[in-house]
Amino acid sequence: MLFTSYGFIAFLAVLFALYYVIPKRFQWLLLLAADIVFYACAGWKGLCFMAATVVVSWAATNLMGTSLRAQKAFLSSPEGKVLERPERKAYKKQCEKRRKLIFVLALIADLGILAALKYTNFLINNVNAIFSADIASVDWVLPLGISFYTFQTVSYVIDVYWEKVEPERNILRVALFTSFFPLLIQGPISRFGDLRDTLFAEHKADFKQISFGLQRILWGYFKKLVIADRLLVAVTALCGDPEAYTGAYVFIGAVLYAAELYADFTGGIDITIGIAQVLGISVKENFIRPYFSRNIAEYWRRWHISMGTWFKDYIFYPLSVAPWLLKLSKSARKKISDGFGRKLSVYVSTIVTWFLTGLWHGAAWNFVVWGLLNAFFILLAEEFKPVSQRFRAKHEKLVSGFGYRAFETLRTFLLMCSLRVLDCYRDVTVSFRAIGTVFTDFNWREAFSGTLLQLGLTGADYIIAFCGVIVMFAVSCVQEKRGSVREALWEKPVLSYAVFFILAVAVLTLGAYGVGYDASQFIYNQF
Amino acid sequence: MDEILEILDGLGLDADFENCTTLVDDGILESLDIVTIIAELSDAFDITIPARDIVPENFNSAEAMLSMVNCLLDE
Repeated sequence: MLFTSYGFIAFLAVLFALYYVIPKRFQWLLLLAADIVFYACAGWKGLCFMAATVVVSWAATNLMGTSLRAQKAFLSSPEGKVLERPERKAYKKQCEKRRKLIFVLALIADLGILAALKYTNFLINNVNAIFSADIASVDWVLPLGISFYTFQTVSYVIDVYWEKVEPERNILRVALFTSFFPLLIQGPISRFGDLRDTLFAEHKADFKQISFGLQRILWGYFKKLVIADRLLVAVTALCGDPEAYTGAYVFIGAVLYAAELYADFTGGIDITIGIAQVLGISVKENFIRPYFSRNIAEYWRRWHISMGTWFKDYIFYPLSVAPWLLKLSKSARKKISDGFGRKLSVYVSTIVTWFLTGLWHGAAWNFVVWGLLNAFFILLAEEFKPVSQRFRAKHEKLVSGFGYRAFETLRTFLLMCSLRVLDCYRDVTVSFRAIGTVFTDFNWREAFSGTLLQLGLTGADYIIAFCGVIVMFAVSCVQEKRGSVREALWEKPVLSYAVFFILAVAVLTLGAYGVGYDASQFIYNQF
Repeated sequence: MDEILEILDGLGLDADFENCTTLVDDGILESLDIVTIIAELSDAFDITIPARDIVPENFNSAEAMLSMVNCLLDE
C-alpha cells in the first residue's frame, strides 16, 4: 500500500476516526492491527519474516532481563553478600557471559534474516564473477522495510544488553514497536527508549496536534507529488542514457536528483511524522535542513539523522573501542609513529562504518563505493582540520561573512551531489565516466538547446518544480532562522487556513498525476 | 583532574576542556574526537571503556570524563 495511493488515504481516515472513538486503553492494539493490515497488503510472506524477528527479539531481551534480575537478586541476598570481591566479580562475569551468548545468537538471527534475504544474490553474483562460476540467483521475497525494522529491533536488543532499557514483557508491544507502519517505509529508525512512552500511551484528541499532523502530512505530499515525482521523470531519462547525456547533462541531472531525493525523502518523513502526530505519538526528526551544511561531517549530522546515529552508536563506537583495535593502535604508536597509531582506530572504524552504511543502502558495489568515498572525504576533512583552524583564526572576519559561508555551503552541496551520482547511475564505472565528462565535455549551450524538454517534462513542469523548490527553500530558510513555520502560522488562524488550503489545492492540481500515472515508490523504500 | 586535562590538551583539539560542560551537546567534540580521547584515556589509565559508556553525559566535560575513568578503575 503506497503512501501516495487512494487506498492508503482511506486506510488513514478509518484509522484516525477509530483511534479516537475506541477506549483509549485499546489504542495501541488498534495500531498493531493497522500495522498487520498495512503489512499484509505487501504480502503474507513478509509478515512471517517480521514475526520471526519479533519473536527472536522478544525472547532474547526477556532472557537477558531474567538473567540480570537473577544476578542482582543473588548478589543482594545474604548468600551473595558474603562473597569476597573476586568471587562476586567471577559470578558477575559468568552471568554476563550467558547474556552475551543470548545477545550474539539474537543478533545472528535478526541480522541473518536481513543478510540472507537482501545480500544472497549480491554474494552469488560476486562469486560468479570472481570464480567464473554459474550459481543461479535466488528468488526470495524481500519484506517491505526489512532494513528499517531490523535495525530498529537490533537497536532494542543491544540497548537491553547494554542495560540502557528494560526489556518489554508483552510480545504484542514489541510487535508494535517493530511494525509501527509509518516508520516502516523509510524510518526514522527509532529507539525503543524514545518510542516506548509515547507509542503505548493513551492519547486524547488534541486539536492543535491533529491540525499540525495533518498540515505536516499535506506538506509531505506537496514535496513528494509536486516536486519529487515530477523531477523523477527528468532524472530517470538523464541517467537512463549515460552515453547520450554527458557533460552539462550529468551536472544538471545531479542537481535535479539532489532536489528530487530531498523532496522525496523529507516528504516521506513529513508524512510519517505527521501521521504519528495525528495519533498523538512523537517521533524524532530525521532531517535538519542538510543542504545548509558547511562541511560533510555537518551534512551527515543533519541528513537521515536516525541512520547516522544508529551506525555511530552501534558500529562506530563499539568498533573503535574494541580491544584488538586499541591494541593495534598502541602497537602502531610504538612501532610506526605516535601520530599514525593515534589515528588508526579512528580511521579503521570510520572506513568500516561507511562500508557498512553503503551496503545497508543496497546490495551493490555502487553503494559500497559511495560509502567508502564518504569515509574518504570525512577523513580528508579531518586531516585538513588543523590547516582549516589556522586559516579560520587568521581570517576571522572573512570566514564569518555571508560570502564565505555561502561558498562552504555550495561546496558541500556540490560534493554530495557528485557522490550521489553513484546512486543515480547504479554502476561504478558509468558513474565515474559520467563525472569525468563534466570536466571534459561541458557544454551549457547544448544543454539548454531544448533537449531538456524532450525528457518527458514540459516547460510548465519545470516551472512548477522550480517554484516548488523555491517554496521548499524559503520554508527551510524561515525554519533555520525562526523555527517552526506551523507554530508561527498557528497564531494567525486565517492565514494558516489560507496557506494550507492553497497547499491542498496545489497537491490536487499540480501533483504529478496525469493519464496512466502511477505514483512512484519512495526512493528510500528500496533500501 | 590535572592528568586528564594534560591528556586532553595534548590532543590539539579546539576545545576549552577546563571550563566547558557541554562539549558534546554543543557539537564541540565530534565522534572522531571522542574516539581519539577514548584511545588516549584507555592507554593512560589502562582501562577498557565499553561502548555502552560512550554517551554524551560521559564526555561533556573533563570532570565527567574523570568520573567515568574513576568508575571504571573501581570496577
